[in-house]
Amino acid sequence: MITENIFFGVIAAAMVISALGVVTTKNIVHAALFLVIVLAGGAAQFILLGQEFVAWVQVLVYIGAVIVLFLFGIMLTRAPMHPEETLDNDLKWPGAAAALFLAGILGGLLVHTFHGVKLHIRAPIRTIDVTNAIFRVYIIPFEIVGVLLLGALVGAVVLARRD
Amino acid sequence: MFFLDHAWLVPLIPALSFVVILLFGKRLPRGGSEVGIAAVGASFLLSCGAVAQWIDRVQNADNSHGLASAIGALGRGIGRLGAEGGEARVLPVIHQYTWFQNAGVKLTVGTQIDGLAVMMMFVVTLISLLVHVYSLEYMRGDRRYTHFYAALSLFTASMLLLVVASNTLEMLVGWELVGLCSFMLIGHWWEEKPNSDAALKAFLTTRTGDIGLLIGVVMTYFVAQSATGHGTFNILVVNGSAASSKVSHTLVMWTALALLLAIIGKSGQFPLHTWLPDAMAGPTPVSALIHAATMVVAGVYLGARLYPIFWYGLSIGTPGHGGLNAMAVIGGITVLIGAALAFVQDDIKKVLAYSTISQLGYMVMALGVGAWTAAVFHLFTHAFFKADLFLGAGSVSHSGSHHSFDMKKDMGGLKKYMPKTFWTFVIGSLALAGIFPLAGFWSKDEILVNAGHNGYQGFLVIGAIGAFMTAAYMTRCVYLTFFGEYRGSVEHELAEVHEAEVLAEGDELVEHHLAEEQDDYIPGFGAHAVADEHGHGPHESNGLITVPLYVLSFFAIFAGVINIPGIERFEKWFQPRAAFVPVSPAKFSVIVAAISLAIAIAGFGVAYLYYWRKAGPQDLSEHNGLARAGKHFLVMKYYLDVLYTDIIVASIKGPIADGVYWFNQHVIDNVLNYAGRGAVVAGRFTYQYIDQKGIDAAVNEIATVTGDSGGAVRRVQTGRLQFYALILVLAVGLFALALWIFT
Amino acid sequence: MLLNQFLLLSAFLFCTGIYGVLTRKHTVLVLMSIELMLAAVNVNLVAFGAFHNSVIGQVFALFVLTIAAAEVGVGLAIVLLIYRNTHSADLDDVHALKG
Repeated sequence: MITENIFFGVIAAAMVISALGVVTTKNIVHAALFLVIVLAGGAAQFILLGQEFVAWVQVLVYIGAVIVLFLFGIMLTRAPMHPEETLDNDLKWPGAAAALFLAGILGGLLVHTFHGVKLHIRAPIRTIDVTNAIFRVYIIPFEIVGVLLLGALVGAVVLARRD
Repeated sequence: MFFLDHAWLVPLIPALSFVVILLFGKRLPRGGSEVGIAAVGASFLLSCGAVAQWIDRVQNADNSHGLASAIGALGRGIGRLGAEGGEARVLPVIHQYTWFQNAGVKLTVGTQIDGLAVMMMFVVTLISLLVHVYSLEYMRGDRRYTHFYAALSLFTASMLLLVVASNTLEMLVGWELVGLCSFMLIGHWWEEKPNSDAALKAFLTTRTGDIGLLIGVVMTYFVAQSATGHGTFNILVVNGSAASSKVSHTLVMWTALALLLAIIGKSGQFPLHTWLPDAMAGPTPVSALIHAATMVVAGVYLGARLYPIFWYGLSIGTPGHGGLNAMAVIGGITVLIGAALAFVQDDIKKVLAYSTISQLGYMVMALGVGAWTAAVFHLFTHAFFKADLFLGAGSVSHSGSHHSFDMKKDMGGLKKYMPKTFWTFVIGSLALAGIFPLAGFWSKDEILVNAGHNGYQGFLVIGAIGAFMTAAYMTRCVYLTFFGEYRGSVEHELAEVHEAEVLAEGDELVEHHLAEEQDDYIPGFGAHAVADEHGHGPHESNGLITVPLYVLSFFAIFAGVINIPGIERFEKWFQPRAAFVPVSPAKFSVIVAAISLAIAIAGFGVAYLYYWRKAGPQDLSEHNGLARAGKHFLVMKYYLDVLYTDIIVASIKGPIADGVYWFNQHVIDNVLNYAGRGAVVAGRFTYQYIDQKGIDAAVNEIATVTGDSGGAVRRVQTGRLQFYALILVLAVGLFALALWIFT
Repeated sequence: MLLNQFLLLSAFLFCTGIYGVLTRKHTVLVLMSIELMLAAVNVNLVAFGAFHNSVIGQVFALFVLTIAAAEVGVGLAIVLLIYRNTHSADLDDVHALKG
């Protein structure tokens, strides 16, 4: 039990700092890299929760593909690679206020609702159960998501092509 | 009883002729006069028939009454109706038609024919006919010949309506109509201001009296109502009611006084007599018809018609207060003042006008002393001799003095030039003065006798003095006109002619000359011998003028016969036999008759001595200051005109009119002006403050606010994605908070 | 382990992501912040799945993941288009809708 908490704490701390780094750093590439850490931390949390399949899928898809996409985007939009004066607009304080406000609400709500609720992870969930669920119970959403991916793919190509 | 039953024809025919003359007169060969003469002639014949039938009726009633009472018990049964002393009660012939009915008030129009009515009808139609004939010559070539005849017809119809009226309202209508005709005819030559002024004066003065008439007529309704319980204007009922004991004496008295005011106005009594002399501005035939014989006696007729009201209201039958009552007093005063003023007139027509006033005073005085028959008889005779005198004066002016009426300037010595006119005039004067055996003697004497008999001795004296004065001034008038040297001259004549021609209108001018060229202009009457406009001297008048004079002189001589002692038919035939008062006519007294004759002759004698023999103080007013002052007082007509016009009217006109004018200008107009100005100020204020600053500002403000708010809200639309996202997040947060709090 | 710690972590990440969305100038950074939000959501979902001891959390998270990937692809394509048109990937320069 304690081990889990320590692991959680460390990973959570890393995630938090990295998240803050994403939104505050002056270097875009560093922001992308901070995002990697956040996502990796997320995957680790999944494992801690016993949800292995999605952890590895996250690593594969998110970190492997999405971040790469981001880096391509940075490159293609000739974003400044070196630190810049600031990458923030003038909405810093209102934004902070809004975010804090929301955070306060969410936090308060969560604490109020789920105070002292314990998680009991017996065993990691087996992949076969996940796939069974996907391909039996949730087959239709799966198919739709497939179509959606197709659409997104086509759309992205159409949007981005040079003609 | 055809003529009595159809007496409504008598006023109707002249009324129709009025309409016909107005519409077609100008196109007719004689300018409408033929229609007028025919109509009045027809009415005269009908009136004669009416007189004959009425006399017949009275005779029959008397015979059967006399027969009945002679039979005794049977007579008592038949002769149950109240009668005056052996004479039968004869009801007048009444025909009425109800033209308006409402809530028990019935207004009728109709005829009530009794002795008084038929007598008046006879007089009016006869004199009107004679005046119509006279005017053929007198008004020849006049600028409004046709309208003159139309007005004469209308006047005749109105007077006859007044005479045959069955109720006081109808009488009022007739009264007013004759007043209107008088106005029209006095102002016949209205282009000259004095004439129209005279017409107005006549109308307004009689109008003042008409106030009394209106009140009196209304009060007669109530007299009838309080006596019979059912109000009506019917004369017979009103007369009967006046005698009834159920009516309060005060009501009858005030009715009598109101009607007395009407008589004062219309019949030229003091103090409203001032219009009559001025009315001489009208043509002479008009003066003869209206202001001598018929219209002015309408007042006396009213008094005679509604005599019971006066008898009971003024207590004529019981002379208390030393023998005075309002009617007699006014009549008496009028007798004297009229006669006095006749002495200082230079205009022949004015002499006759004042004489008329004086004689009307006699008639009213007679009514006032209870001598009904005497008054009406005097009315009858006076009509003839006064018309004779007026038409004679017209003849003098037409042919003798070149249309002038001034005795001192243009007349004199006309006896040799105009003998026929002279003799008819003298006959009229003798009748007026009351010389035996002419008509005036009998009627005037009867007044004096009755005054003495009924206890009004004072008025007997007044009447006698009046007779003296009448004889004297008429002698003066005759002297100045017909005796002495002829004072009119050729130059004066030509000047008159030119003046007359300038005033006449163009067409009439030509017609005038043409008429004078033709010798047979009026077939059957001989040519107008010599036209005086061509510079010839005075001459006798045309037959058209002299024949009426003859007729009237005839009546002036013999009309008195009808009531001389021994015959006394006038009273029997014409005194009312129903709803009348217990008059007790006096018997003829030789003493009184002799004294009055002597007084008249004395008056004649004094004047003769003064004028013919030049005895006594001649031209006294030149030497004696007191005489001059007295004469001036008379010449100024007792300053009554001054009083009326300059003092009463001017003081009302002046200060009151000025005051009202000031009030109008300063108060009323100011109210309006201030209201207007106030409206302007209010408008300006409204515009500036309320509209411009208030409403416009509000509207502008709204626009500005809208714009500004839009501008303000527009700032939300920054177009920046992240700004929108911020708002979104905030909203979501708020929703979440709300959701959390409320669940 | 408490459920709350995961949830709170997820909430914190989410709000950070919101802050980033609102604050960052560069469009790609905004997309990254969106990714951060999605990651937070994933954590939340999986935590609940673990709490209920069922696969549902995972499955949902998988779908979210997939959608996120698709969305990133399209988003970056749009960014590229914006960059091509305005030569700037700055979100402040995209204000054609400014009223």
